Amino acid sequence: MISLIQIISTWTIPVLIAFIPLYASLRKVPVYETFIDGAKDGFQTAIGIIPHLVGMMTAISMFRASGAMDAMIGLIRPLLERIGVPGEVLPLALLRPITGAGSMAFVTDLIKVHGPDSFIARIAASIQGSTDTTLYVLTVYFGAIGIRNSRYALKVGLFSDFIGFFASVAACWLLFGLV
Amino acid sequence: MVNWIWLGMIVVSVMFGAANGKMEKVAEAAFGGAQTGVTVCLGLISILVFWMGLMRIAEEAGLVRKLSRLLAPIVRKLFPDVPKDHPAMGYILSNMSANLLGLGNAATPMGIKAMQELQKLNPNETVATPAMCTLLALNTASITLVPTTMIAIRMNFGSVHPADIVAPTLLATLVSTGAAILADRWYRSRDRKPPKTAPPIETPRLAQTPPASLKGG
Repeated sequence: MISLIQIISTWTIPVLIAFIPLYASLRKVPVYETFIDGAKDGFQTAIGIIPHLVGMMTAISMFRASGAMDAMIGLIRPLLERIGVPGEVLPLALLRPITGAGSMAFVTDLIKVHGPDSFIARIAASIQGSTDTTLYVLTVYFGAIGIRNSRYALKVGLFSDFIGFFASVAACWLLFGLV
Repeated sequence: MVNWIWLGMIVVSVMFGAANGKMEKVAEAAFGGAQTGVTVCLGLISILVFWMGLMRIAEEAGLVRKLSRLLAPIVRKLFPDVPKDHPAMGYILSNMSANLLGLGNAATPMGIKAMQELQKLNPNETVATPAMCTLLALNTASITLVPTTMIAIRMNFGSVHPADIVAPTLLATLVSTGAAILADRWYRSRDRKPPKTAPPIETPRLAQTPPASLKGG
């Protein structure tokens, strides 16, 4: 079971990379030109993230260097570690639903400090990748059509973020923790 | 809210720095952090450029449409109050498919289109309908097959197997989407009232295109 999931992890990407252009060329899509067209957007997206990430990384680095981060984690660590959650990832639970760039900066910081293949980095990356920024999605989608009363939508979004956080921790324990 | 968090972190850092006598380190960290921000973004360029190119091919080849057809039976069950052949359903399906493929930039405009169509079925223009809440729940939980950005960042920092987070991410996203659907169902059944049928009010709206979603994936 576990090795099967590992195989899926390694195979998904190469198979997609081969399958998509192959399928498209059978559909008579000019694959290379289409690729270049879409790739230009990727460049814009990456450049567009710079201001967000610089702003957030600055604040997070300062927070860590001043000792404030350790103080905050120290407060909650004993509670969480009893259920297998590394204290370092906890701030992510608060940041993820609120700011996509902020949580991305935080994950980057964890990857940098603890190493990309550390258990903490893997949990953090799963949390970041498995959900979208609830507050942002709510603002954009409902803002676009002028909804002012969002009823229970925010609660549902935050509940799913909460579950996603623990699901990420559990999935990492399952796949990497027991080796 | 982001404004307060950002400001709070900076102010608290300076206060802690002063109390711990670490002012020098805090100042150093500010510029170090800014530099890391730029370095990471530059590292992201390679993957984002490649992946968005590949995904454009998928879009042009009609894979998004194909996926929509596959998803249709499931998605219809989630939106019982949207008529089967209403244009909203088409947009909802495209939005879900684009999300699944990690096409954040394509998913958002389609999601907004879907919302605009759902608004036409809405008796009260400023209050969200259950269908709108369901669509929002699916988008905030957002199933993504390949968390591209996270793989890229791990690669930048020299990971041995940068893609090995695909499996845990997929597991987590399935669980959190399941939780979102269950919670949505629960709220729906809780305040089910006799359905009010109001004639759809046609109001012309300006399509607004928001900036590209900063999805972590």
